[in-house]
Amino acid sequence: MATLTIDGKTITVVEGTSVLDAARKLGISIPTLCHHPKLSPYGGCRMCIVEIKGIARPVTACTTPVSEGMEVSTSTPYLEKLRRTILELILSDHPNDCMVCEKAGDCVLQELAYFYGLRENRFAGERRIYAKRDGNPLIERDMEKCILCDKCVRVCDEVQRVRAIEIAYRGFKSKVCPPYERDLDCEFCGQCIRVCPTGALTGKKWALKGRQKDIKEVDTICPYCGCGCNLTLNIRKNEIVRVTSKEDTLNEGWLCSKGTFGYHFVNSPERLKNPLIRIAPKSSEFGVRSSELKEKLQTQNSKLKTQNSKLFREATWDEALDLAAKRFREIKEKHGHDSIGALASARCTNEENYLFQKFMRAVIGTNNVDHCARY
Amino acid sequence: MAGLAAVFGSGAMTNSIPEIENNDVIFVIGSNTTETHPIIALRMKKALRKGAKLIVADPRKINLAGFADVWLQQKPGTDVVLLNAMMHVLLKNNLIDRVFILIRTEGFESFKDSLERYTPEYAEKITGVPKNDIIKAALLYGNANRPGIYYTMGITQHSHGTENVFAIANLALMTGNLGMESTGVNPLRGQNNVQGSTDMGCLPDQYPGYQKVNLPAIKTKFEKAWGVKLSKDAGLKATEMIAEADKGRLKAMYIMGENPAISDPDINHTVSSLKKLDFLVVQDIFLTDTAELADVVLPAASFAEKEGTFTNTERRVQRVRKALNPPGQAKEDSWIISELSERLGYPMKYNFTEEIFQEVGRLWQTVAGINYRRIEKDGLQWPCPTFDHPGTPYLFKGGFPRRKAAFTVVEYKPSKELPDEEYPLMLSTGRHLFHYHTGTMIRKGDALNSIAPEAYVELNPQDAIHLNLADGQKVRVSSRRGSIEVKAHITERVGKGMVFIPFHYREAAANVLTNTALDPVSKIPELKVCAVKIEPIKTGNYEVRTKKL
Repeated sequence: MATLTIDGKTITVVEGTSVLDAARKLGISIPTLCHHPKLSPYGGCRMCIVEIKGIARPVTACTTPVSEGMEVSTSTPYLEKLRRTILELILSDHPNDCMVCEKAGDCVLQELAYFYGLRENRFAGERRIYAKRDGNPLIERDMEKCILCDKCVRVCDEVQRVRAIEIAYRGFKSKVCPPYERDLDCEFCGQCIRVCPTGALTGKKWALKGRQKDIKEVDTICPYCGCGCNLTLNIRKNEIVRVTSKEDTLNEGWLCSKGTFGYHFVNSPERLKNPLIRIAPKSSEFGVRSSELKEKLQTQNSKLKTQNSKLFREATWDEALDLAAKRFREIKEKHGHDSIGALASARCTNEENYLFQKFMRAVIGTNNVDHCARY
Repeated sequence: MAGLAAVFGSGAMTNSIPEIENNDVIFVIGSNTTETHPIIALRMKKALRKGAKLIVADPRKINLAGFADVWLQQKPGTDVVLLNAMMHVLLKNNLIDRVFILIRTEGFESFKDSLERYTPEYAEKITGVPKNDIIKAALLYGNANRPGIYYTMGITQHSHGTENVFAIANLALMTGNLGMESTGVNPLRGQNNVQGSTDMGCLPDQYPGYQKVNLPAIKTKFEKAWGVKLSKDAGLKATEMIAEADKGRLKAMYIMGENPAISDPDINHTVSSLKKLDFLVVQDIFLTDTAELADVVLPAASFAEKEGTFTNTERRVQRVRKALNPPGQAKEDSWIISELSERLGYPMKYNFTEEIFQEVGRLWQTVAGINYRRIEKDGLQWPCPTFDHPGTPYLFKGGFPRRKAAFTVVEYKPSKELPDEEYPLMLSTGRHLFHYHTGTMIRKGDALNSIAPEAYVELNPQDAIHLNLADGQKVRVSSRRGSIEVKAHITERVGKGMVFIPFHYREAAANVLTNTALDPVSKIPELKVCAVKIEPIKTGNYEVRTKKL
């Protein structure tokens, strides 16, 4: 254990803790751009500089471990002047287009520029101009907005262990890119989007769907595999705009490609909107198979109109439920309880599954109820 | 799950997901974790960063194999031999936990004798895994302090799937690697709420909470709670329902959120059986292939349009919240079931969703301590019997529900359908990263579908040379039950003589090919092994055909 003082407050922390973490434990906020609590310290952005008594020059709080008796100042006129200059330098090579940026309102860089009141920039000069030319369908990579904080590179290497991207070139030409500047070809987990502090990385599918201030957040659970990841659905106008996850959850804020990008089915125009009753005779050929399916898929968009009208008609809930109840009753009376079977769903909630088996057991009177865990 | 339940008295993950990062040895068998459970795989990768060792046993060179200290490429369907040989090595090296065996297990002596013939040499012959790798893996597991075993359908979807699970249980029992933090046997459940749907009694022989329907006292309890007489006979399992429908004995079915017309083995048979029903009701969010066979289709709400709970693979009950209104006239499944029930003379009246969960708690003590308020932020893991109980991250701390866990003698049984002259290749099916199950959900959204839009068959370069196939060429894959056309993807991910097809694609549904042979206990079909042949489709012919279409 080591005891130190930060801005006059004393704290005792485990040896090896960084000055930044110790300060945060005390509730002292130090601005950062390249720091992420679950990634290795980087010391790249220099925003977290602090002064330590006995050390001549400011040091980065995120890479400096605490030591016994340390006296740290996190905010002095000198430090704030340096931070302001660092920000100006970063912004001198950053597009001034917050008004059209997806990240506006949720951008660490914008937030810092606001608090430091930066409108003019002493260092206006050469800018890196990169064409957006990424062929992947999911992740928008606007490298002009990249501040080279390395978070995306580290999360891809340390958490996802894919190493799809790296910082290439040196100095002013430095740039985050996949090998040989090819199009991104990775697991598309979206971890890099989640950690990006600016608008450099965003989701292509959520462009122009609404910025963070227009969003209603609803916490729920992912509908795909059994991991049970906690999702936050970002909702605007009864539509899922994007999916995020909070860091203090079971999945530590990480999601996979399905969790991040697999939500479009909810707002799909192909969703069933009305009860349907069969009009095609049961004996006729229906439910086409393998070879014909290829053809069917090509016409998938018009499928509901054509295929459906031949097979089903739309009905009211009363009609559909009355028919189902009548036929179940008839079949039960004629052939017995056990002539009816039911399959429940691993997609549905506990409450629905409970009601479903209760319906089969208490109402139909059979134990013929199973689920799909066997496939 | 039947397998684990029989051995331990409870069939679920013994440990929780956060505990994975403290494993010192991770043994993954029959699970392509990075693709099927990506976030659990992240925890494994975190453990590896902290110094854990990784053993992967999989016929394919899955992504995780690249991280492994030992990768065992067993032939599909030979897991029992591999596991028995590992146990043989442990026994010979005296890496067993005699105290644990004595106090908490039974049947060790006869089991021990059964391992005698499973020498690493014998196993090398059957599984194709070099004997030194088997020994290395066994010693790694045997010397570990906190090892965890992780498996999925690669273990269970076999005609001897339950025996595979018994073999895994034996391995954990003889080394005493159970009932501690970060140490146990963990079947990873494939779907968001499989655990929940079985917990809630969607099983033909069990009421909610795995309470047997054929025990009179249990039946009486439920009769009293529900106010009706109940059937004392166990019902039909899903696979049996299809068979009974085919024979004309099952007359009607009610299918909620399920698509057996794609996910079942030998789906041509499933479809023809479902067509024979007098009456079929399908309740779903899309007009699935199964729904197209229905007499009545009921439009349901999706997960984002309702309140409730899901239970994940580690028994954690978590809150699902309504974020949207369902489209058109679509309704929550609970509303639909209640309406149908009322029309059949049994009103189910609940004022709010949580009342349903409270009713479950009254009938199943294990979740009685869970209410929505307690899981507002973080979920709770059952068992959680009282409101002051903190939930249970890992099972069997104080012993097994059935007091002593039994060793089971497991002998190697080859898969039901092995390659022969006519069908010389062994087919395995599974998922891949960008798709999910029968594709009804993901394939509706263009985003992910555009990365992996087409079905393919993975095949080893040596087989490709033998068949004179080029990468990307269209081929016809046939089994005794049907054939599909897919693109060839030539890769060393699969071993020689083996092919792999993801089952997400309805236009080239892998389950046209698969075998319906069932495990006699769990009734899980043998989706992981069947015999197929591959023929090239001549480009010229193919073009003519497409033009005709």
